[in-house]
Amino acid sequence: MELTGLTIKNIHEGIKRKDFSVLELTQQYLKKIEENEKNIKAFLTLNSENALSQAKIIDERIRKNEKISILAGIPCAIKDNILVKGVRCTAGSKILENYVAPYDATVIKKLKSEGCVILGKTNLDEFAMGSSTENSAFGPTKNPHDITRVPGGSSGGSAAAVAAEMCLFSLGSDTGGSIRQPASFCGVVGLKPTYGAVSRYGLIAFASSLDQIGPITKTVEDTEIVFEAIKGKDLLDSTSVESEIENQKLKIENLRIGVPKEYFIKGIDKGVEKIIRLAIKKYTDLGVKIEEINLPHAEYALPCYYIIAPSEASANLARYDGIKYGYSISNNPTIQQSNNLIDVYLESREDGFGDEVRRRIMLGTYALSAGYYDAYYLRAQKVRTLIKEDFELAFKKVDVILTPVTPTVAFKIGEKISDPLQMYLSDIFTVSVNLAGLPAVSLPCGKIGNLPVGLQIIGKPFHEFEILEIAKIFEENN
Amino acid sequence: MITLDQIKHIAKLARLGLREDEIIKFQKDLSLILDYIEKLKEIDISNIEPTSHSIKVENVIRKDELKDEDIETKNQLIEMAPNKKNRYIKVRSIL
Repeated sequence: MELTGLTIKNIHEGIKRKDFSVLELTQQYLKKIEENEKNIKAFLTLNSENALSQAKIIDERIRKNEKISILAGIPCAIKDNILVKGVRCTAGSKILENYVAPYDATVIKKLKSEGCVILGKTNLDEFAMGSSTENSAFGPTKNPHDITRVPGGSSGGSAAAVAAEMCLFSLGSDTGGSIRQPASFCGVVGLKPTYGAVSRYGLIAFASSLDQIGPITKTVEDTEIVFEAIKGKDLLDSTSVESEIENQKLKIENLRIGVPKEYFIKGIDKGVEKIIRLAIKKYTDLGVKIEEINLPHAEYALPCYYIIAPSEASANLARYDGIKYGYSISNNPTIQQSNNLIDVYLESREDGFGDEVRRRIMLGTYALSAGYYDAYYLRAQKVRTLIKEDFELAFKKVDVILTPVTPTVAFKIGEKISDPLQMYLSDIFTVSVNLAGLPAVSLPCGKIGNLPVGLQIIGKPFHEFEILEIAKIFEENN
Repeated sequence: MITLDQIKHIAKLARLGLREDEIIKFQKDLSLILDYIEKLKEIDISNIEPTSHSIKVENVIRKDELKDEDIETKNQLIEMAPNKKNRYIKVRSIL
């Protein structure tokens, strides 16, 4: 029986009925990984032995007729910037090539207590900085729909692993689009939760005021199940929040959807625009009221993001100093031993970090340095206020906002890697959501040839269930 | 355009070693990105308050109490230091 490709609920029912065991399920996924990995390269580390023994534990609990949670025995993959105790965690960087996580991230603790089976750690752009996984120190992941193309990034490994049936769901992280853009490129569902909805404890920090962990799955229902399991306030993350918003039943006739005209600009691929317009029309056909709205500061979101994110990154990445852990020239016998402490810093960080990470550290350091702080960082924080207010105003008129996730479908490997600005532009429709701290889901809504196109549904803070319900309406009628 | 001296200065502040050829490459890359960011100057930001977080964040206070870890974790943390002697992390002399 072919088990890969079922939904979480199907699997849950199947293992409860003893149609198949968690061990068989896990073995099938590991076999799928073995078959597909040589082409896709979604994983950096496999956790096969732990996965198999975890599967046996769940099977034993089922045999004893113990009550199991919906995620018990579900095989998943984790982006390699989220800590799983005892497993290597590289963040896609040479500087953490041999780093072994000393503790579990809160999301991992939660998944483990549900009984999830962790199959492995997935590839990403170094420290989640990038839109293609080409910035991984361990080589790029390929898009399962066309292996000459990128899977998107930075959670490219997580999205490709779900798309190629190498896990039932995965976790990614999203700082400027890093869950939604790869989900769009790989034709899977990806949710960036509201800032604070999910604990960031144990997520390797990139830009702390923007980072969020979220699920990547095949269906909206699966996303909802995983999100339910990982959300909530955590004492170990002071910015995490317990949402008090109830999951209300939607009435389609009362629903108001906004479409911002600033998102249909030059630079958006004609084919992508057509598919997004058709998806919007589907809602109209179902009787939903669509309104054109304005987000007047939309065009400033990307330059604003490229001040704030690198500034925070330059501070967060100061901890990689070649002293406490990670790559260091101080224990490399082939390198001439430096005499000064500063040389250990300079040379360890020069060798350990890749080009994009160093570019962003430089940019952030510049924006925060004496004489430039007001002109760059403070100005960007004020523009951030305006971007947030645009959304607040729009949400007085409408319940959710629909936009494309990306201006194009998945691009070719190598196409944008030598032009940082072109690469940054692939996040033009996703970054404002992080600046405003809103929840947004990327939903497959069509294809150009083989290549998937994603629809972005943006909601009010902590209204994840609402955007997921609206996504389901599309999914069920497509 | 950002100058080569500025690039060297920022690299030093950021504790990043750069090779000569990289200094020129970073000058080109950063200049392009900074030119793009200039766009933010089009907006009137007088009387606008800055936003650091999208949600309201407040200082969270707790007692500063020692939480003991098991010896395995402690050993693992020490083990990960690149340069050590017994249970000490070795650092180059500063003076």
